[in-house]
Amino acid sequence: MLAVLGASIRFGDLAAVDGVSLSVADGEVLALLGPSGSGKTTLLRAIAGLQSLDHGSVLWDGDDLGPVPAHRRGFGLVFQDFALFPHLDVGRNVEFGLKMQGVDPLDRRRRASAALDQVELAGFERRKVATLSGGQQQRVALARALAAGPRMILLDEPLGSLDRALRERLTGDLRALLARPGLTALYVTHDQAEAFAIADRVAIIDRGRIVQRGTPEEVWRRPSTAFVADFLGFRTVVDVMVSSGVADAGPFGRIPVTGVSDGPAMAVIRPDALAIDPAGHLDAVVQTVAFRGSHCLVTLRLGTVVAEAQERRAPPLGARVRLSLDPNGVVVLGSETPPI
Amino acid sequence: MKRIAAVTAAVVVAVTTALLLPASAAARQSDPVRLLTHESFAVSQDVLDAFTVETGYPVVILTGGDAGQIVNQAILAAGNPVADVLFGVDTTFLSRALDGGVFEAYESPGLDVVPPGLRADPRVTPIDVGDVCLNYDKAAFVTVPPPQTLDDLTDPAYAGMLVVENPATSSPGLAFLLATIARFGESGDYTWQDYWADLRRNGVAVTQGWEEAYYGSFSGGSGEGDRPLVVSYASSPAAEVVFATEPTATAPTGVITDGCFHQVEYAGILAGTTNRAGAEALIDFMLSDAFQEDVPLNMFVFPASTEARLPDVFVAHAAVPAEPETVAPAAIEQNRERWVDEWTAIVLRDPSGTRWGVIGASIAAVAVLAFGGWRFRRRRR
Amino acid sequence: MSRPRPGRWALAALPLSFLGVFFLWPLVSIVWTGLAPGGVFDPSAFGKVLGNGSLLDVVWFTLWQATLSTALTLVVALPGAYVFARYDFPGKRLLRAAATIPFVLPTMVAGTAFLALIGPNGALGVRLDGTVTAILLAHVFFNYAVVLRTVGGLWSHLDPRLEEAARALGASRWRTFTSVTLPLLRPAIAAAASIVFLFTFTSFGIVLILGGAGLATLEVEIYRQTSTLFDLPVAAVLAILQLVGVTAVLLAYSRYQERNAVEQSLRPAAETSRRPRGARERVMVGGVLSSMALLLGAPPTVLVQRSLSTGDGWGLGFYRALGEQGRTAAQFVDAGEAVRNSLGFAVAATVIALVIGLTAAAVVSAGRGRSSRWFDSLLMLPLGTSAVTIGFGFIVALDAPVDLRASAWLIPLAHSLVAIPFVVRSVVPVMRSVRARLREAAAVLGASPRRVWREIDLPIVSRAAAVGAGFAMAVSLGEFGATAFVARPDTPTMPVAIFRYLGRPGEINFGRAMAMSVILMVVTAAAVALIERFRAPGLGEF
Repeated sequence: MLAVLGASIRFGDLAAVDGVSLSVADGEVLALLGPSGSGKTTLLRAIAGLQSLDHGSVLWDGDDLGPVPAHRRGFGLVFQDFALFPHLDVGRNVEFGLKMQGVDPLDRRRRASAALDQVELAGFERRKVATLSGGQQQRVALARALAAGPRMILLDEPLGSLDRALRERLTGDLRALLARPGLTALYVTHDQAEAFAIADRVAIIDRGRIVQRGTPEEVWRRPSTAFVADFLGFRTVVDVMVSSGVADAGPFGRIPVTGVSDGPAMAVIRPDALAIDPAGHLDAVVQTVAFRGSHCLVTLRLGTVVAEAQERRAPPLGARVRLSLDPNGVVVLGSETPPI
Repeated sequence: MKRIAAVTAAVVVAVTTALLLPASAAARQSDPVRLLTHESFAVSQDVLDAFTVETGYPVVILTGGDAGQIVNQAILAAGNPVADVLFGVDTTFLSRALDGGVFEAYESPGLDVVPPGLRADPRVTPIDVGDVCLNYDKAAFVTVPPPQTLDDLTDPAYAGMLVVENPATSSPGLAFLLATIARFGESGDYTWQDYWADLRRNGVAVTQGWEEAYYGSFSGGSGEGDRPLVVSYASSPAAEVVFATEPTATAPTGVITDGCFHQVEYAGILAGTTNRAGAEALIDFMLSDAFQEDVPLNMFVFPASTEARLPDVFVAHAAVPAEPETVAPAAIEQNRERWVDEWTAIVLRDPSGTRWGVIGASIAAVAVLAFGGWRFRRRRR
Repeated sequence: MSRPRPGRWALAALPLSFLGVFFLWPLVSIVWTGLAPGGVFDPSAFGKVLGNGSLLDVVWFTLWQATLSTALTLVVALPGAYVFARYDFPGKRLLRAAATIPFVLPTMVAGTAFLALIGPNGALGVRLDGTVTAILLAHVFFNYAVVLRTVGGLWSHLDPRLEEAARALGASRWRTFTSVTLPLLRPAIAAAASIVFLFTFTSFGIVLILGGAGLATLEVEIYRQTSTLFDLPVAAVLAILQLVGVTAVLLAYSRYQERNAVEQSLRPAAETSRRPRGARERVMVGGVLSSMALLLGAPPTVLVQRSLSTGDGWGLGFYRALGEQGRTAAQFVDAGEAVRNSLGFAVAATVIALVIGLTAAAVVSAGRGRSSRWFDSLLMLPLGTSAVTIGFGFIVALDAPVDLRASAWLIPLAHSLVAIPFVVRSVVPVMRSVRARLREAAAVLGASPRRVWREIDLPIVSRAAAVGAGFAMAVSLGEFGATAFVARPDTPTMPVAIFRYLGRPGEINFGRAMAMSVILMVVTAAAVALIERFRAPGLGEF
């Protein structure tokens, strides 16, 4: 089991990682989700041993990894830019870790082939790295990390430099690979869809601090801060005043809430909570409509506030409509989330 | 990290050992006599082999540089020499070598074949003699006769014909300067300085070395240039015959026997030698007929020994100046730097002084501006 | 990944001790001998030099001709580097090897060839001997290969997509060149410029032969003071002046290099070059190549022509004469032996230069900051030090504990002193741009720092090391270096043979010298081409 305790890394005045604690259980896939510059890659590098901590520690099964250099940690690492060795062919790239372990050449070759097989690149051993497509390079990088039999695999935005269609397809493949029993992984990404699809649990990091953690569903359902809400793509955040289980949400009316103490707070109104409904109680004007395939994302103006709603049919621009609100789609921020 | 240090140490030790081995192994096997000499030294292999057979001493030849350089090396290593015998110190450097305490005294029993006039000091043995003389291109002097004397060279009829070597960098160049100093003197109505000023007016060309003068500027023989008069050696026409591509009976060049400078080349035993007996044997051998008769066609100088027979080609084509100029070695050593400096001022110094400096400064300034401006613009962006 | 400092300095011990023993110690010894006759320091020589106008003129001339030569060489050679980096054409490999020939020609031989072109009765009909123009021209001729190889080497690995990106962003060809290509090439340009500057700053043979008697660099003056006048105090002061100038340039260079170091992802050379397309490109490539051929080819062509022109006809007579004794018993040097000796010394010098140079390059490229800067400059210093000074330094310094003064080992050692900077210079830019990411990837896969160096740095760098080795080989074959001025075991090399032939009058001797020069050219080109072909197994196109 990996545990990070109170890890801090400063670059000059900037606290890149600021008192982070987290743990990854054996066989678990944890996604570290955050925008660029949030410190997630720095933290990953520290875990890999490529970056030293200013404070705190990284433990494996309770042993401090501080004095252990990168090459003795036994972790696999997949870089965003893959970092394939340009002077070696695909097979030798994949064999590299085994070679470092002193595995004999025959066995090495066999295991490398097996790893390539896993990533559906059987027979690519003698290909030059430079001749591979982006997706193929990504798989070679993955195979290289897996072939060495790491006790844990670290992935740094492994799909970040690929195009969207490829990314979506590989997300599924990755999920299948990482779901293999016993494989422990820490997956760094800025893409929440990717994180939710692949990880067992998610930790959201902002400016060096973990701001929320939980299963993908928990995080999606109950974002804990305005930042998380915004980062997850929830655009409608309003000021509310809570008193005795009811939140006064201004133009959205009064909404029943649970588990929230009285006083001013902020609430997220998820797009699926709002619906154009002639029987609704709220008045709004249609501002923009964006076609999203299965649905349309509609922005609506309610007095001084702008909200987003998902609709099956696109309403005409500028139309005056009435809205209904599902209270289950409203999350008051700051409500309790179970710690990881 | 300690391992790296250990490996480094091991490499250093290994390299040192490797360097050490050949030297010490050679020393144990036999006791060779080591000869330090200049790059122009040459001897026939069979002659050298004969010495080894006769005396039992193998000869190790150390070569490099010219006469001046080997003397300087010997001085820097005085008392702890790299060799046992030095050959190739000539008249112009003799004083420097003697003052530098380079030699141990030795009087060879074979010395009686050498004319007493050549013997300069008990520490050195004369081996060969040669003259630095003006050579002329016979083809260029069909209608006009070649100059006969040094004075003729200032005659406008010979304007732009002469090329000489810089005495600051060339041994024959220095010899020719010494010849003019010996001839015209330092005082009186017409000094050597006046002579050289006249030569300059008459369009003398200067090169840094003999090769550039002879092959580059001289038009005669194997020269590829356009000047029919050059400072070379009295034996050069003989060499032209020996080394002609087609066998020939006549030399394409001739020697002007006036204004030649007489040089003697000496050998001596280096002080601190570890093989005194071998060194003596080698010097004795260098005076033997076998070696002396090998000298002319190898080094194109005359043997010091009066007993040695000259090769026919030398008799036919090499000139022997009747009254060559000489300057005492001590006077050379004492005045060399001043003479060379004065010569440089007279012959080379640009009258308009800083012309190149000014041109250079402006070019450099333009270059700096161009590059600096480029950098500056880039930085601002 | 930060490397532990003690390890770096342990690694630095090898090049440091090598330079200490074979460069610094002789240098300090001879300078001290000059400045402290009889063991007491005597500063009067400084006054003697500073008060001497003609010596100060020499300093000034040395400085400006070197600056100008460097600028000119860059301007002339960059188009060539571009064409070799970006285009494929028949005979490219051969041409690249051939372009190295001028660099390795002994200056005496090249000088003779130049005289044949621009001297009296010159083939070009213009007399330039004795002028600065001739010196500049010869400097460009000699150093073209330095720019071609150093800059062209990096250029051929630059990702062309960067230039394409700039073009797509609306930059003209010229703007793309000045704002993308040139900045990316800066490390290599600076490296080449610093080497060319050092060479021309310490130019000796060229100035001696083509400068006539009137122009002298510091190097020539040091030679004159040491060799002819034996004025060691003045020579020592001049050597110090030269060292100060060279050190200043070197420190400025490494400071610059450090501030402008950019990590870039290099592409395999085969991927970045292609055949010229369209009339415009073909004309451009053809034009650059033919002007290059003219500049670099004319002097060697004259040599070949002369080696074949025997009196009244054409033939191989002079080549045959190399193996014959001719009409006298005199044979100053065995031609076959000279070739063998040259190759033997060159191999030894190259091996030494590679071992020391690669170790040093690893130290330099891993480090930043002042100590690394000084170290880098120290490595380059032998290039900027008067050969006659070092040579005489050997005599003074290397007598104990092992007397190396007359050892044949001194020859490859002295050559490698000059060759090491080439290895370091060729390798460091590539080493620096081996992306840190690759090293990290290897480390995470279980490679220790030393293993990383062996598995990642070394293979990627070995292509550049081969370029450095080519230079080292060439340097040694052309016999630069300190031993030219001091006595050594009579193992004549090709340049020595040429020197001995040229030292005697007579057509056969001149012809033999020309023939031997041609052989030297061919042997050098072959050796360099061979090294270029050599690649570590599995190295692909890097």
